Amino acid sequence: MKNRYFSIALILILALGLTSAFAKTRSITCSGSTTVLPIAQATAEAFMDKHPDVNISIRGGGSGVGVAALQNGTVQIANSSRPMKSKEISQAKSKGINPTPYAIALDGIAIVVHDSNPVKNLSIAQIRDIYTGKIKNWKEVGGPNLPIVAISRDVASGTFEVFNEKALSGSKVTASAQLLASNNAVASAVGSTPGGIGYIGLGYLTGQIKVVSANGVTPSVKTVQEGSYPLSRKLYMYTNGKAKGDVNSYIAFIQSEEGQKIVEAQGFIALK
Amino acid sequence: MSFPDNQQNLHSDTGAQAPVFVRMKLKSFKEKSFQAITYTAALLTVACLLGIIFGIFREGLPLFESVNLKEFLFTNSWYPTHAEPEFGAWALIAGSLAVTLGALVIAIPLGLGAAIFLAEIAGPRLSELAKPVVELLAGIPSVVYGLFGMAFLAPLVRQWFDLDTGLNVFTVSVILGVMIVPVICSMCEDALSNVPKNIREASLALGATRAETIFKAVVPAAKNGIAGSILMGFGRAVGETMVVLMVAGGAARIPGSVFDPVRPLTSTIAAEMGETVIGDLHYQSLFALAIILFLITFVSNLVTEALLIRRDGR
Amino acid sequence: MKRREFTDKLVTGVMALMLGLTALFLLVFLVRMFGQGARALSWEFLFTAPRNAMREGGIYPALVGTFLLTGLAMLIALPLGVFTAVWLTNYGRPLWLVRILRVAINTLAGTPSIIFGLFGMAVFANLLGFDISLLSGGLTLAILALPVIINNTEQALRGVPADFREASLALGATTRQTISRVLLPTALPNILTGAIISIGRVAGETAPIMFTAATFYSRRLPRGLFDEVMALPYHIYGLMTEGTHPAQQVPIAYGTALVLLILVLAISAAAIITRGLIRRKRQW
Repeated sequence: MKNRYFSIALILILALGLTSAFAKTRSITCSGSTTVLPIAQATAEAFMDKHPDVNISIRGGGSGVGVAALQNGTVQIANSSRPMKSKEISQAKSKGINPTPYAIALDGIAIVVHDSNPVKNLSIAQIRDIYTGKIKNWKEVGGPNLPIVAISRDVASGTFEVFNEKALSGSKVTASAQLLASNNAVASAVGSTPGGIGYIGLGYLTGQIKVVSANGVTPSVKTVQEGSYPLSRKLYMYTNGKAKGDVNSYIAFIQSEEGQKIVEAQGFIALK
Repeated sequence: MSFPDNQQNLHSDTGAQAPVFVRMKLKSFKEKSFQAITYTAALLTVACLLGIIFGIFREGLPLFESVNLKEFLFTNSWYPTHAEPEFGAWALIAGSLAVTLGALVIAIPLGLGAAIFLAEIAGPRLSELAKPVVELLAGIPSVVYGLFGMAFLAPLVRQWFDLDTGLNVFTVSVILGVMIVPVICSMCEDALSNVPKNIREASLALGATRAETIFKAVVPAAKNGIAGSILMGFGRAVGETMVVLMVAGGAARIPGSVFDPVRPLTSTIAAEMGETVIGDLHYQSLFALAIILFLITFVSNLVTEALLIRRDGR
Repeated sequence: MKRREFTDKLVTGVMALMLGLTALFLLVFLVRMFGQGARALSWEFLFTAPRNAMREGGIYPALVGTFLLTGLAMLIALPLGVFTAVWLTNYGRPLWLVRILRVAINTLAGTPSIIFGLFGMAVFANLLGFDISLLSGGLTLAILALPVIINNTEQALRGVPADFREASLALGATTRQTISRVLLPTALPNILTGAIISIGRVAGETAPIMFTAATFYSRRLPRGLFDEVMALPYHIYGLMTEGTHPAQQVPIAYGTALVLLILVLAISAAAIITRGLIRRKRQW
C-alpha cells in the first residue's frame, strides 16, 4: 500500500516535471504593478481570443516584483506604474538584462471633494498645503467655513507615489490625514464626508463625489493626453531588449487602436 | 503496507539459502537505513524552522546597518517609499496590538463562555455535537472572512456609527475575534474537561451552586489551560494577515479610537512587499517587521508551552 | 439562598448567551456567504475561465490551481511529517534533538502564515530560483502543514496500544517491521483523517502563496511544476482589491468564496465524521 502510494506520487511529480519542458513554448508571463493589472488582464484576454495558441499569464505583486522578475529572466514583461528607478536599471544591466520601456496607457489622478462642496479649483500649492496640514479649513481656499478632512491613500500604493511626486513634491502627508487602502474606499469616504477631500484614479469616479480641477485644468481624456493636467502618469511594460515575437505582437496589440479602446473601458486613458 | 522482500525475511528463515550472517547484515542494514530515513525527516523538520529563521533574519537584519533599532521600534513615521525614507514601525506594532487586543476583548468572553457552557452546563449530546462543529469553524479560510468583512460588515459599521470608513479597528476586531473563538473555545473546553471530577463533586457537596462551583473550583483548577488558550488566540490574531489586509483600513498611524483605521505588521508586509526593490532598505524593513512578528509569536508560544506543561505536570 | 439561585441562573444564562452570540454571528456569516455566493454558482462558473476583464466567466483555472497546490503540498508534507513522527515515537534519540524538534514543531505551528510566505519568496522563489511557481507554493504550504501532520501522526501512533508493539517485537519482528506492518497500518486511518483536515486548512491559505505561487490571471492550466497558478483564495483577494469593476466582480468574489468555503468545510467535515466513526468502531 505504501509502495503504491509513493509510486503514484513519483509518477505525478515526473509527469508534471516532464510537461514543464514543453510549457514555455508559446507562453508570455507578465508580472508587476497592480495598477496595470486590469489593463494587462483585459488586453491579454482579447489577444488570446485572436491568438489561441498563445497563453498569457498575468501576475500582480507590484512594480518592484515585476522588475525583479524581469531581472531574473523569469518573465518576459514587467508591468510598472512608474519609470524604473536608476538602481533597478543598473541592477538589471549587471545581470545582462536591458530593460526597454513601452508606454501602454495613461492614468490621471483626480482630486475629489464632497458633492455639496462649492470649491471648483485648487492649485497644486493649495493641494499640497491641505495635505501637509497648513490649510485646515475650506474657507481658506474660498469655500464654506468647514474643517477639511484630508483623505489619502496609504503610503505604499502606486497612486500615492504619483500623488506624492506630482502634488506634494516630497513633503510628508500630515499625521491627521486618513490613510485608506483602496481607490474605492477613498471614493466612498469622500462621498460621505462633507468636508472631505481625496484623490483617486480616474477609473474610480462615482456619483457621490465631485472632481475639482487642479491648477485650473480639469482632468479629462484630452487634458491628460496633452499633458496639461498636472497629476497624470504613464503606465509601462518593460521587456528585455526590444520586444520580439509574441511579446512584441502583444504589446503592439495593446498600443493599437483596438487595444487602447480596451484600456479606456478599464477606466484608464488611451495614449492618444 | 507490504514489503514483499521483508516478508521473506520474516517467514522463510528455515528455507533460506544465504548464510545466516549475510541475512543478519542485510537485515541490520535495512533497519539502519529505515532509521536513517526517519532521522533525516526529523532533521529536515528542524531545518525548516532554522531555514525560516535564517531566511528572515538574513534579509531583515541588514536594515539595522542603516537604521537605528531604537528608531525603528519606537518612532512612528512610516515613509518607506519617500525620497528620504523613514522607517518608524511603532505605529505598525501599535496597529497589530490594537487589533489583537480588540479581538481578544471579543473572543475571550465568547470563547470562554461557550467553553464553560459546553463543558459544564450543556448535556453530553450538545457538547458532542459542538466539538466537531467548533473544529470545523476553525478551518474557515481567513480570506473568506476578509471578503465578508470588506463587502458586508464594513459598510454596515460605517452606517451604524456614521463614520468616514467602516474599515477600522472595530470591524477587524469583531471578525478576528469570531475567528479565534473556536481556538479559545476548544482549548478551554479541553482544559475544563481535564479538571478531575472530584473537585466538582466536593464543591457541590459543600452546598455550592453550579455557578459557584464553576467559577470558584473548576475554572481556577483549569487556569493554566485557559491562559494557554488565550495566548494561543493571541498568537493567531497577531499573525492573521488576510483579514487585517482587507478590513483594517491601512493607515500607518497610532489609532486614536476604535473607529480609526490601522495598518498592522502583517498587512504592511503583505501590501508593500510587491512594491519594493529586492534588497533595498524598504525590502529589508519589511523583513525586519517579519522578525518582530516572529519574535512576538515565538515568545507567546514559549509561554503557552510553559503553561501547558505545568498543567500536564499537575 | 434566593439570590444565589438567581446568580446561578444568571451565570448559566450568560454562558449560553456567549455560545448563542458566537453561533448567531456565524449564522449571519454563513447565510450571507451562501445567499450571495449561490447566485454566482453554476456549472459554467466552475468549469470556465474568467472572461470579459474578469467581469464574467468562471473560476476553473483557480479551482484546478488550488487542487494542484494542495496536492503537491501534501505530497511533500505527508511523508516528511509521518517519518518525523515515526522517529519521534520509535527512536527519539539523541534526546537533545527531540527537545529541539519539539520546539521546532511548536514554533512552526505558531508562526504566522505571512512569514512562511516571505520565507518561500526569499528562499524558494529567489534564492533557489524556482520563481513564482507551483513548486515554490507547494513547498511553502508543505512547511506550513508540517507541524499539524507531525502532531497528528504522533498522536495516532501513540494511540496504538503498547501490546501491539510488544507482541510484534516478541514475535521477533524488528523495529522497522513493527513500524511498517503493525504501527503504521493500525494508525493509518487516524493519520489520514488528520492529514485531510490539514488539507482543508492548506487549501484556504492566501498569504503564503501571494508571493510564491499565485497569478492573477491565466487562462491555461499549469503545465508543469515551474508554472504559476491561479488559486481560489488569491482570486478572491485579487477581485476584491484590484478589480476596477466592483459591481460585477464582487458577486464573482462571493461565488468563489462560497466554492472555497464548501470545499474546505466538506473535506474537513468528511474527515471529522470518518474519524468519529473509526473511534467508535475501535475494539481496543
